[in-house]
Amino acid sequence: MDTAHVTDVTMTVNGEPRAIQVDNRMSVLDLLRERLGLTGTKKGCDHGQCGACTVLADGRRVNACLALAVAYDGACIQTVEGLAGPAGPHPLQRAFLRHDAFQCGYCTPGQLCSAVGMLTEPGPSAVTADLTEDPPLTPGEIRERMSGNLCRCGAYVNIVKAISSEAPPRSEVAEPLSAISLGDTAPYPPAERLGEEEAGAAL
Amino acid sequence: MKPFTYARAGSPADAVAQFGEGTAYLGGGTNLVDLMRLGVSAPSHLIDVTGAISDEITAGESGGLIVGAGVRNSDLASHPLVRERYPMLARAVLTGASGQIRNAATVGGNLLQRTRCPYFQDVSMPCNKRDPGAGCQATMPGADTEHLAIIGHSPFCAATHPSDLAVALTALNARVRVTSPDDDIGPAGVGQGSGRWVEMPGLHRLPGGVPEQDTVLKPGELITEVELPPPPGGRQAYRKVRERASFAFALVSVAALLAVGPDRRVRDCRIALGGVAHVPWRALAAERVLLGMPPAPEVFAAAAEAELRYARPLPGNEFKVTLARNLITSVLEELTP
Repeated sequence: MDTAHVTDVTMTVNGEPRAIQVDNRMSVLDLLRERLGLTGTKKGCDHGQCGACTVLADGRRVNACLALAVAYDGACIQTVEGLAGPAGPHPLQRAFLRHDAFQCGYCTPGQLCSAVGMLTEPGPSAVTADLTEDPPLTPGEIRERMSGNLCRCGAYVNIVKAISSEAPPRSEVAEPLSAISLGDTAPYPPAERLGEEEAGAAL
Repeated sequence: MKPFTYARAGSPADAVAQFGEGTAYLGGGTNLVDLMRLGVSAPSHLIDVTGAISDEITAGESGGLIVGAGVRNSDLASHPLVRERYPMLARAVLTGASGQIRNAATVGGNLLQRTRCPYFQDVSMPCNKRDPGAGCQATMPGADTEHLAIIGHSPFCAATHPSDLAVALTALNARVRVTSPDDDIGPAGVGQGSGRWVEMPGLHRLPGGVPEQDTVLKPGELITEVELPPPPGGRQAYRKVRERASFAFALVSVAALLAVGPDRRVRDCRIALGGVAHVPWRALAAERVLLGMPPAPEVFAAAAEAELRYARPLPGNEFKVTLARNLITSVLEELTP
């Protein structure tokens, strides 16, 4: 490949700075999996339809398969490998275990990253009756907001339960997206939550 | 995917100056990258315009809003003034795509996305839009027509425009500002604020004999912002019928506004349909029937009939005519104060 079709990019991936030369055609998904060995992020459809490749880019959930790596030069990417903190798994990861929110597990990394991003997103959804409200995250709201993540095993019932168990009151969500830093799972104070998580875990 | 060179533009003027043969502008990439992977689109040069165009929503001079073409769909739908003053627009955006896609997709890119006609997206099928003169599989016997047009199509193309946002903008009489390579941009390269306005409806075009052209924009022209006029009085709604409850394109959608005066007569009304035509379809014939009439079910039925008598469904999508009629009447009834 001649130099016209490759580009040097830098990204912060799960808190670690990375400098890589990429073919301009390479997606963020292929960069993560093929170049950085981060195979937690899954390739399902490669067309933005299944959500298995969902990662957080500068705090916002996106389909990594439709993101050209060259266009994400300078971005902070967080993958499923970066969700856990020093105190252990992310509260949502614990909730997925507790509620048995998967069968084969292929969609799970995308479901987790999507849910982490979704819980920080302000405003109504397509099923919110009053658009001026920030509605509470009822199961119906969660289903609509998670519709970009398919589960072919059909574990939706428990996925919704797991996410519901971690949905913060909406008053805590109204923070602008730009204020949420990466590696900081904003609405969750991990240290305080872990004790009760472990006590409540019936695994 | 064909190899391509990549550059970022710093301003609209910079973007249009860089544009040449085989170039495509890259916004959020949610449609273009997929089309490149499918082989439907094969640009040799991408100009990333996300750093060149505004991603802010600001007050317009006339009391409306100016939406930068680089605003992400999710930011448009969650903006307090959009939710309060242009509810059909917020609802339309929220019914489109998925949370992940709305986070990446830009307003300009949403308007310029390509059709999801299955024969356009499948490079093994003939398609006049993808390959002018090749023929149209969508109008052949046995074609899968449920996502194809029922109105305004030609023998050469029956594709529909897939955007929900564009349907609401068409009903709201929005307009888009366009920077052109021909613009006299000035020595400082100040492109923002320059350029011509294109009204909606009017940005998208019917296929006729030139289905490869989706819009009236010329090669290299770049949408830099969308202007929403001051919020019209009356009640607004956007309703979308699709094959599943979420994350699917419209079979038929309707953006509607109804204002009824103190004399119980329709003072203002706007109706635009999605999923039925090569353009977001402004139902002007229906609006003409409604204006000045009492808001009654038989008037709504007559209005829907006036519009849909122009419908020419394809074999297999006749149901969309009934669906459009029922959707228009039921949304107007919902909007009646």
